[in-house]
Amino acid sequence: MRRIWAVLISAVFLYFLIASYYPTLPMFGNIDMYRRVSFDYISKSTTKEYQPVEFKKSKDLEDGSANVVTSIVVNYRSFDTLGEVTVLFAAALGVGILANIRKRRIEFEEHKVLATATGIVFPLILLFGAYVFIHGHLTPGGGFPGGTIIALGVLLLMLSKNEFKVTEIAKHTEQIAGSGYVLVGLIGMAIVGVFLANFLPTGVVGNLFSAGVVPIVYTLIGFKVGAELSSLVSEMREGDKA
Amino acid sequence: MSNIIEFFQNLELLDWIFYLIGGLMIIYSLFAVEAKKVFDSILALSAVSLLSVLLFIVLKAPDVAITEAAVGSGLASAVMIFALFRMKAGEKK
Repeated sequence: MRRIWAVLISAVFLYFLIASYYPTLPMFGNIDMYRRVSFDYISKSTTKEYQPVEFKKSKDLEDGSANVVTSIVVNYRSFDTLGEVTVLFAAALGVGILANIRKRRIEFEEHKVLATATGIVFPLILLFGAYVFIHGHLTPGGGFPGGTIIALGVLLLMLSKNEFKVTEIAKHTEQIAGSGYVLVGLIGMAIVGVFLANFLPTGVVGNLFSAGVVPIVYTLIGFKVGAELSSLVSEMREGDKA
Repeated sequence: MSNIIEFFQNLELLDWIFYLIGGLMIIYSLFAVEAKKVFDSILALSAVSLLSVLLFIVLKAPDVAITEAAVGSGLASAVMIFALFRMKAGEKK
């Protein structure tokens, strides 16, 4: 009976979605951008008049990052990102408390092929994670995915070697990176007058050192997320102190 | 009813890819709900996030796609499988 009700309700929902709601949506890619708020963010000109942004040519924009998502996440809404990092810290704290109940460690069978392959692949994973968060303002990516990729590399090490442990250094890295983010915000407050404001010059769009404070913040977030998630997975495995 | 027939007549190739991936996602989520073993549910959830990565790439959101691939189908599944092992270790005692 429960399933019949579920099927009926989803059929009615689908009918209204296809018949009445879907035709009112604009087609994908055909939205008039000039009438949206995001247009100002994309053209990076909320203060001046609109000028087209040219790659490797435009100088002294309001925000120098070529990736629009990064400029919104780290430059326009950086306080929001600080809150997200704090939420992630709270989640890792909760796992650390809850996983402490039983002290039995999860053991895996060691596999020789996996152990050998990990030795080759792990540095590449680290390199790719670092690339994702250092180039977060130029190419798709950023601190969160880069840190998660590094944590996945640590997970691979954990699967291949039984005696591998994440030490206390991960927690110290996380603390230093987290307070570094707040420190960058406080420096912005001291120089410009607004918390987490950009206080470095924004260069030419597309260069590595172009987005002012964004690469610094994303590198810090990458270290913090990577250390935090690796210690989270490690706590999940160890049960006791990681 | 004529609305629905028109809707299916106006579909293009990209739309077909959309609805194929979306239908597969629905099937995997139903499997995740109905599966007898919890392990199978976790694998099906991982498959759902892997398919949504494809959707994000088609919708031109590579940032979200990278994050979803790393968090949704990689780390979240690993954490859930570790939690499952831990629960089983508790039950045996």
